[in-house]
Amino acid sequence: MDESTWDLVAGSFLPLLEGAVRGTIPLALISFALGLVIALGIALMRLSKVRVVSALARGYVSIIRGTPLLVQLFVIFYGLPSIGVLVDPWPSAIVAFSLNVGGYAAEVIRAAILSVPRGQWEAAYTIRMSPAQTMSRVILPQAARVSVPPLSNTFISLVKDTSLASLILVTEMFRQAQEIAAFSREFMVIYIEAAVIYWVICVVLSAGQTALERRLDRHVAR
Amino acid sequence: MSHDEGVLEVRGLHKRFGEVEVLKGIDLDIHRGEVVALIGPSGSGKTTVLRCLNGLEVPDAGTVDFADATPVDFAASPSRAAVAGLREHSAMVFQHYNLFPHRTVLENVIEGPVLVQKRRRADATADARALLERVGLADKADAYPYELSGGQQQRVGIVRALALKPRLLLFDEPTSALDPELVGDVLAAIRELAAEGWTMLLVTHELRFARDVADQVVFMDGGVVVEAGPPSEVLVSPRQERTRQFLQRLLDH
Repeated sequence: MDESTWDLVAGSFLPLLEGAVRGTIPLALISFALGLVIALGIALMRLSKVRVVSALARGYVSIIRGTPLLVQLFVIFYGLPSIGVLVDPWPSAIVAFSLNVGGYAAEVIRAAILSVPRGQWEAAYTIRMSPAQTMSRVILPQAARVSVPPLSNTFISLVKDTSLASLILVTEMFRQAQEIAAFSREFMVIYIEAAVIYWVICVVLSAGQTALERRLDRHVAR
Repeated sequence: MSHDEGVLEVRGLHKRFGEVEVLKGIDLDIHRGEVVALIGPSGSGKTTVLRCLNGLEVPDAGTVDFADATPVDFAASPSRAAVAGLREHSAMVFQHYNLFPHRTVLENVIEGPVLVQKRRRADATADARALLERVGLADKADAYPYELSGGQQQRVGIVRALALKPRLLLFDEPTSALDPELVGDVLAAIRELAAEGWTMLLVTHELRFARDVADQVVFMDGGVVVEAGPPSEVLVSPRQERTRQFLQRLLDH
């Protein structure tokens, strides 16, 4: 690489970083937080003894997992306007990503809840806790420990999937990269630079996952 | 001690799991301050009786009548709230302790009193510490369950049940999961509770302990009560052949 290529890498770093900090990262964080709320609701519905309720939740998970995320994004951003619902790029992306995370994480949370031994429910019941108290104070804290590794996977996937939002005009990092690349004609350099930034974000997240796992494991004999 | 005041009256308890009828009409009377040992071969339904009394299983028929409370008639399919209401009168000590692993010993003990009984945290904590002291675990209040031996965990399990001040303590094979050398401490703790006048129903395989501590021994087999009476009768000179065979088998062991 010659000097002008290095200049290009250095010159595009700040715009790309800006795309990450103002686009990719908040998009991922907000969508993941909302997605977890949806996932918890869907997981609890899945575990319901009322058939209709669990069937609805199962249907939701099936649709989310059985269709491409890109198609979900397009349905919301390009599809809804044709029935009169106009949604801006950012809200469209957040809705699509949240619903998507909700479907995947619901299965993780459901499995984690089921992994808590039955004796824990019974111990809570015998000290007269209600089912809701049992869930929030006994079961979910223990399920959280189990679900950190798979939920971290979901989150890391989401960070990378936010690049799809570039296709519905959200100015996140990858869209910045596309614009710089189109302007400079240095596709290889710019796209690799963007890839490296994604990778660094994911390495940091993995480290965070390890720290969180260690923290949640502190009360459990290894 | 006077055994006149009734605490619990059970009549005609039936429970079926699928095709298997586990309880075929159990009657049981427990009086205040009484220690009742429930013995019998595995699969005889002992544990199911205990679980029904604590609302962890819902019997198909029969009545459970804790004195001063509305009797629950299971043949009339009682509401979930009515079944859960049974728990106000008793608390269970589990074979596998079932402590909350993410909470300290003290937090395990005060969870019920503070969260459910709405007692002040300071009061509940003081009571919990006193109870822990009595079972020799004063210095473990801030430990997590995984840091304790099985015997210590089970004593915490007992204290967690006691902290609710139930009228009836239920023990489901409290020493069966313990290494032999740890059994003694737990039995000593239960023995002390008996001496203090707690009313208790124990499912146990410790016959010597039952003989020493129980006021009444109930022998169950095949989902029915075969024989009940003071330990000097049931364990020493049983009237029923099935009881005799069961005791003989345990002695041969």
